[in-house]
Amino acid sequence: MNRYTKDKLIFWLFLAPALLSFLLVVIVPFFMGLYYSFTDWTAVAGETPNFLGFANYANMFSDIAFRYSFLRTFLFTLLSVISINFISLTFAFLVTREIKFKNFYRAGFFIPNLIGGLVLGYIWQFIFKSVVPAIGGLLGIDFIEQLLILAEPNLTLFGLIFAFTWQYAGYIMMIYIAALLNVPQELLEASEIDGANFLQKLWNITIPMIAQAFTITSFLTLVNSFKQYDIIIALTNGGPADIYQDHIVNSTELLAVHIYNVAFKYNNMAEGQARAIVFFIVLSFVSIGQVYFSKKREVEM
Amino acid sequence: MARKRKIITLILTLITIVLFIITMSPFFIVIINSAKASLEIITNPISMPDHWGQLVENIKTIWSKPTIRYSSSVFSSVIITLFSLTTITLFSAMAAWVLVRTKSKISTIIFLLFLSGLIIPFQVVMFPLVALFRIIKETTGVSMLRTYHGMIMAYIGFGAPLAVFMFHGFIKSIPKELEEAATIDGCSKPQIFFKIIMPILKPIVVTIIILNGIWIWNDFLLPSLVLGVGQDIQTIPLAIRNFAGSFVKKWDLIMTAVLMAAAPVIVGFLFAQKHIIKGMVSGSIK
Repeated sequence: MNRYTKDKLIFWLFLAPALLSFLLVVIVPFFMGLYYSFTDWTAVAGETPNFLGFANYANMFSDIAFRYSFLRTFLFTLLSVISINFISLTFAFLVTREIKFKNFYRAGFFIPNLIGGLVLGYIWQFIFKSVVPAIGGLLGIDFIEQLLILAEPNLTLFGLIFAFTWQYAGYIMMIYIAALLNVPQELLEASEIDGANFLQKLWNITIPMIAQAFTITSFLTLVNSFKQYDIIIALTNGGPADIYQDHIVNSTELLAVHIYNVAFKYNNMAEGQARAIVFFIVLSFVSIGQVYFSKKREVEM
Repeated sequence: MARKRKIITLILTLITIVLFIITMSPFFIVIINSAKASLEIITNPISMPDHWGQLVENIKTIWSKPTIRYSSSVFSSVIITLFSLTTITLFSAMAAWVLVRTKSKISTIIFLLFLSGLIIPFQVVMFPLVALFRIIKETTGVSMLRTYHGMIMAYIGFGAPLAVFMFHGFIKSIPKELEEAATIDGCSKPQIFFKIIMPILKPIVVTIIILNGIWIWNDFLLPSLVLGVGQDIQTIPLAIRNFAGSFVKKWDLIMTAVLMAAAPVIVGFLFAQKHIIKGMVSGSIK
């Protein structure tokens, strides 16, 4: 064997395990799914799917449950991005100041991120159902005692956002900490000598200096909010019911849950797959658009 | 001025402590309620438990209840996480190394293919993946569903894009002269990789193991599709789902199960805190 063939052999041998697994579980299913979304695929072994064209896609947009789920997912994502970034930036500001035990607090804020979405959902279900009313009773505030966060559709969405923020803010905080530590201290000191107050320093120096981190954190929170599944399954399982355009819909059945339910609960694999494809396209557009506009703003800043 | 500073620092410290207590309170709730019996948890979810001995009772119940199969779930979770982490790291490093060191069209295309995996959400591939695994079983007789190797292979496939991407960036910064010198000394290519490259990769390996470790240990949707809820092989999240979903809300036991699922990860984190925080930051910023 000459050296050239040997190098080639090594190239493919080293590549094979990762590449084959990746092709098998991501790329091949991706194209299979693309094809299935145009058929009446049932996922039953031995049945050959018939080609339907765009029927599954047409059904999707006329399905009120889907439209509702779509809007709710956007609302959830928007509010989560705001809430998580606000909280995590607050955390990061605090723990990069000269306070004692800051590493201890950093670790503490980060810990919820170690809990998986499913387990976390059960914790918050218990808190919302039992602990919140109990606290209301203890304080003697009827409003809190009778507050059923998981029974009223809009409140439930906020409950989800609350639980998700609790989980994810610590992770995003880490990125902000890294960015804040990179802000040159001389700049801040110089502006202080010039008489800049806290807000002026924040607005004119710190925020522009950490613009790059904003791009990353918004991207991460956006994509992760959009794909949220585990927390919902354990916290609300899609409920409670809501009325939308005279139809009963599941108020927290966000897209990832909706896709799963259409395929398995309502037993319609092909339609579930078509919705997944649309999910992918929308997520790609939104996330690429977000990065594009954030990058542009970075330059302006 | 100095006095003003002091007051500001004091106020900031107080705010931090309040936020810290709020962040930690769910854990406190879980711990006190894991030590309660069924009736006690319903009547009084926010008081301290009557006697902490109940915690041991609850743990024993969860551990030995045949319907939860907690101990076998711990075993499965450990096996799946360990093997997935090892294989993702090793295979992705190998792939990234040859992709960096081979300047050809095909290596660029393959690298871009891996990158495309970063934007494909799991939801798009999950149904066809299960179908494909079933087809593999029918045509070759190899079971991919409800098996360890199927589960681990799925994790390699989903973990590889990010790992290859991160290794690729890191390996590019390693000087080629190092490898050339080793070749002159008579090292073969595999020797170069395992003896020279792998040790240099250590910091990024730690990052990749942490990122994937937290994800795989806690993952629910992928194992629920590949292994199935309530089947022979189940991970801890599947066991908890099965238990909490199929029983009338026995909150005392659910809280204990939650505690038992969360405690190992948190303890592990406290031990390896420094690496994890460093790894998280470098991993997320890139």
